[in-house]
Amino acid sequence: MKPFLRQFVAHRGAVVGLVLLLVVILVAAFASVWFAQSPWTMVGQPLLKPFESGEFPLGTDMLGRDIGAGLAYGARVSLLIGVTSTLVAVCLGVLIGAVAGYKGGAIDDLLMRFTEFFQTIPQFAMALVLVAIFTPSIYSIVGAITIVSWPPVARLVRSEFLSLKQREFVQAAVVIGQRPMRIVFTQILPNAMSPIIVTASLMTATAILTESSLSFLGLGDRNLMSWGYMIGAARTMLREAAWMSLMPGLAILVTVLAINLIGEGLNDALNPQLRKRGD
Amino acid sequence: MHNATHKAGAALLSVEGLTVRLPRLGDRPYAVRDLSFTLDKGEILCIVGESGSGKSICANAIMGLLPGYLTPESGRILYQGTDLLQQSEETLQGLRGRKLGMIFQEPMSALNPIMTVGEQIAEVMAVHNDRPGKARQARTLELLELVGLPEPGKLQHAYPFRLSGGQRQRVMIAMALALEPDILIADEPTTALDVTTQAQILALIKQIQLVMRMGVMFITHDFGVVADIADRVAVMEKGILVEQGPAAEVLNRPSHAYTRRLIDAVPHRRSAAAAEAGSKRGGETPVLDVRQLTKSYSVPDGLFRKRHVVAVQDVSFTVQRGRTLGIVGESGSGKSTIGKCLLKLVGIDSGQILFNGSDIAQMSQAEFRPMRKNVQMVFQDPFASLNPRHTVGRIVMDGQLANGVARGKAEHRTRELLRLVELHVGAFDRYPGEFSGGQRQRIGIARALALDPQLLVADELLSALDASVQAQVLQLLMKLQAQLQIAMVFITHDLRVAANICHHIAVMHRGRIVEEGTPEQVFTAPRHEYTRKLIAATPGQSWEPPRLALAA
Amino acid sequence: MKFLSLLVFRLGKAVSVVLGVVVVNFLLIRLAPGDPASIMAGEAGATDAEYVNRLREQFGLDLPLIQQLLIYIKNVLQFDLGFSYRNRLPVIDLILERLPATLLLMASAFVFSLVLGVLAGVFASRSRYENRHKWVDSAVMSGALLFYATPQFWLALMAIIFFSLTLGWLPAYGMESIGAGLTGWNMVVDVAAHLVLPTVSLGCFFVAVYARLTRASMLEVMGMDFVKTARAKGVPSGQVIRRHVLRNALMPVVTFAGIQLGQMAGGAVLAETVFGWPGIGRLMFDSLSQRDYQLLLGIFLVTSTMVVTFNLLTDLLYRFIDPRVDQGATP
Repeated sequence: MKPFLRQFVAHRGAVVGLVLLLVVILVAAFASVWFAQSPWTMVGQPLLKPFESGEFPLGTDMLGRDIGAGLAYGARVSLLIGVTSTLVAVCLGVLIGAVAGYKGGAIDDLLMRFTEFFQTIPQFAMALVLVAIFTPSIYSIVGAITIVSWPPVARLVRSEFLSLKQREFVQAAVVIGQRPMRIVFTQILPNAMSPIIVTASLMTATAILTESSLSFLGLGDRNLMSWGYMIGAARTMLREAAWMSLMPGLAILVTVLAINLIGEGLNDALNPQLRKRGD
Repeated sequence: MHNATHKAGAALLSVEGLTVRLPRLGDRPYAVRDLSFTLDKGEILCIVGESGSGKSICANAIMGLLPGYLTPESGRILYQGTDLLQQSEETLQGLRGRKLGMIFQEPMSALNPIMTVGEQIAEVMAVHNDRPGKARQARTLELLELVGLPEPGKLQHAYPFRLSGGQRQRVMIAMALALEPDILIADEPTTALDVTTQAQILALIKQIQLVMRMGVMFITHDFGVVADIADRVAVMEKGILVEQGPAAEVLNRPSHAYTRRLIDAVPHRRSAAAAEAGSKRGGETPVLDVRQLTKSYSVPDGLFRKRHVVAVQDVSFTVQRGRTLGIVGESGSGKSTIGKCLLKLVGIDSGQILFNGSDIAQMSQAEFRPMRKNVQMVFQDPFASLNPRHTVGRIVMDGQLANGVARGKAEHRTRELLRLVELHVGAFDRYPGEFSGGQRQRIGIARALALDPQLLVADELLSALDASVQAQVLQLLMKLQAQLQIAMVFITHDLRVAANICHHIAVMHRGRIVEEGTPEQVFTAPRHEYTRKLIAATPGQSWEPPRLALAA
Repeated sequence: MKFLSLLVFRLGKAVSVVLGVVVVNFLLIRLAPGDPASIMAGEAGATDAEYVNRLREQFGLDLPLIQQLLIYIKNVLQFDLGFSYRNRLPVIDLILERLPATLLLMASAFVFSLVLGVLAGVFASRSRYENRHKWVDSAVMSGALLFYATPQFWLALMAIIFFSLTLGWLPAYGMESIGAGLTGWNMVVDVAAHLVLPTVSLGCFFVAVYARLTRASMLEVMGMDFVKTARAKGVPSGQVIRRHVLRNALMPVVTFAGIQLGQMAGGAVLAETVFGWPGIGRLMFDSLSQRDYQLLLGIFLVTSTMVVTFNLLTDLLYRFIDPRVDQGATP
């Protein structure tokens, strides 16, 4: 654990990313404390510029809704959808990839055709179609993002399993008489985790971008204030109220950037350790 | 330290006090320290050392090819009166290929995969504006013929992936010699090749060197090779030149302790008699009785078809308790496949594998699992055969736990085993990453012995280890065998090592056993032509390493 | 001969993917909550009951599922992707009308991102490898990191605010200046001006992707043995990069670029929506708000077919540039 932390902290960008992400998480956690009312309520004068009013430091939109509240509650939505869809996609991808990689043969072929199919289809278009047809809701959004994101995980896990299966320490485990399931869980999976973790972190960032794109197009959950939606609503007011689209966009950028930086830090910290040879 | 006597002032290349610093994270402060030697015209100087001795760094320094983080701190490299270390990159580029040629160790990755062989050879001439126009192509063909490649006219248009390792190395030599340089630096050019191919390449280099009167600096770790080709020898240990002198001197009367240790590690031919004395005559039923084992693989050929490759064909042999059978062969001979078959890591096509009388070949994995404790394996790659995330203690205990031994008992036995393989007591809680290659092999041996097997298969156990470490691990293995009376199958590509510790040798070629017998028989009276070729190709045949009493 | 069998194989795979999308489309309508006919009728379903019934007949929604599927596939093979109620045109006509605009945008974004990305990656890797002007490497990597995290649609809006509204340099909407009646060279210039902002906002993300990939690939190849062999022959470093490193390093980038086109097709929806670019992406957005699901699924099918075709072409192109492939050797 210790050498991992040391390597991670050595990556300055990753530390910055971690700090930024913590800020975002804090904002999301305390959203209902700092902004007691729902972000959908009209609380003030419309089109207040930011830093003008003490009550609404980030200004209001054209319907008088507090932008600050929108940003805070939007953080919840982005993080929630990003993390949930990634978790489900990773579980699904690991399951399919592990079975394909370990079993090999006809099962592997079948699963790979299946995976390839989902990988070939244009991802955003597919997500869009899925959300549209199953009517936009937080469930359909998470589901759609999951369905388009799991193939790369499955391929990664499969290739890791295939290569690890040939590795001598796995063969040694067979030779000393360990049972297959035990080998998968104690020998193969822990050594495959590192690239999976790195991929998962980058997938979260992509999921947040996808969710905001969907909300921008009007396919977000109608009950949830999301950053993408805020930008979409601000489209008609580009000339008059540029800040309405600027700030939610910055929020997305900062969050995604933070997660990407963390992902890079994880990559640096997790990979050289395994490749390192002794002496 | 022996100082070479040579004609003063005739030295082609003179390295004086070369010191290269290592970056802070290295295992020692200097990569090479105060290195001084000379290379004369028309002589072959062999630089010998184990891995990490700094011999490659020395070679790269001469060519000016050191990576950015390694810069020479002090010293001079004199060539034709000029100090190479002081020259500009442009000047060095002019010298490289034209006056200083270099060939490297890994032929499989040393050629640009998307340029034809002919283009790459012609490039040397193009870069130095040599032989413009048609003369260039003519010279390319001439060179291909010189290095012994077939059908030069056709080969020049081939891409490297079509050539074997030996052929690629010949192309490298052709590129290095194109402009007839004064000096050829060869950095372990034959280490990655088969024994028979190695012999051919060595002969080629020697022949060309004679004709062109080049000075050759040949880096190697194999004393057999040194015995075959060196005029002078320089021995390096951890960045320091510890001994140099004429080959006959250094090989037969080494003065430095390190040299003596290295030479002592060279496998001697006839100590099988000593091994013989240590073992009691085993029982009559062989522990392992293999009958007509056949194994083939189907390899995808193009898109829909599959090609059948026979790896092992009709192989039969037996191994008695307390005895070692050596299976010797080059790459592609099928020796490793046999190891995998014995351990049921792969299925077989036909044949029987009788273990203490019962045929394990037909058993399923589930049926065989309870018997696994009787047949164990030590693997080739010490870095890949231990799970980097498990402690050493866990690695050695896992087998016992998987076979139903109680945890307390398993732990006790594990500590005992670690002591048996001469590892220190704290190793139990450490991770493999903290150990050297030789130590990791000991851990592998401990793991294999944990289940008290009757048969141990060692698959190229020593290939990844340095010479001196090899000797130690071998000694350990022989001691353990004598003590525990284990039957062993020792798979190796090195006939010398097999002759050293095996009671019986089987030589394999293209999937079949072509020769069998005791080491004496195989070496003094080989019957099959391939065996004869193999023996002839084994380097250092004409040299009997002196037996030296080791100063502790 | 081998090449032909390869081509047939790849083509078969491509066709099976497209067929798969057709089946997916078919299933989606039936899996979604509600009556399939009403869903396909979209917003027209509420007002025009006769239309709904006609649809029911047309797609044989009373028949068993397998037969419905076959009818659907048959229609698709005859290029009948349905009818758009709102636009009063067959879906296929609508799509074909708008397709060229999307192809133009995607082509220009592809070239823009590939050229800029590869150049940036090459410069970054060179500066890192030769240890000179290290700021180039840092700048390129930081820029890539930034653009990789920027939502495309937001970048588009910011670009509009800056370049159109504030500076007035570039138009913000549509493909040509409406009502100007420009022809010939003037029209080309006009379209080009309109093309700039959409191309840049669609391409910036991919510039980052290609820059990082190129840089990583270049650095990996630079560390390979054959580069050292070239230097040992006395090849000057500029030539080493050009003759030995570049071609080897760019090969994986080419394959990847082909795959990325799929992502770009999705991104086109966003760019076209923001800029009002008259392509099938904008059509897709319109179909969403009009709840015209036949149109939506039709566009999805066409987009998928487009992407599959690009993948196929990239695959075949790769086989031409890498001599090791198609000989059974592992690259």
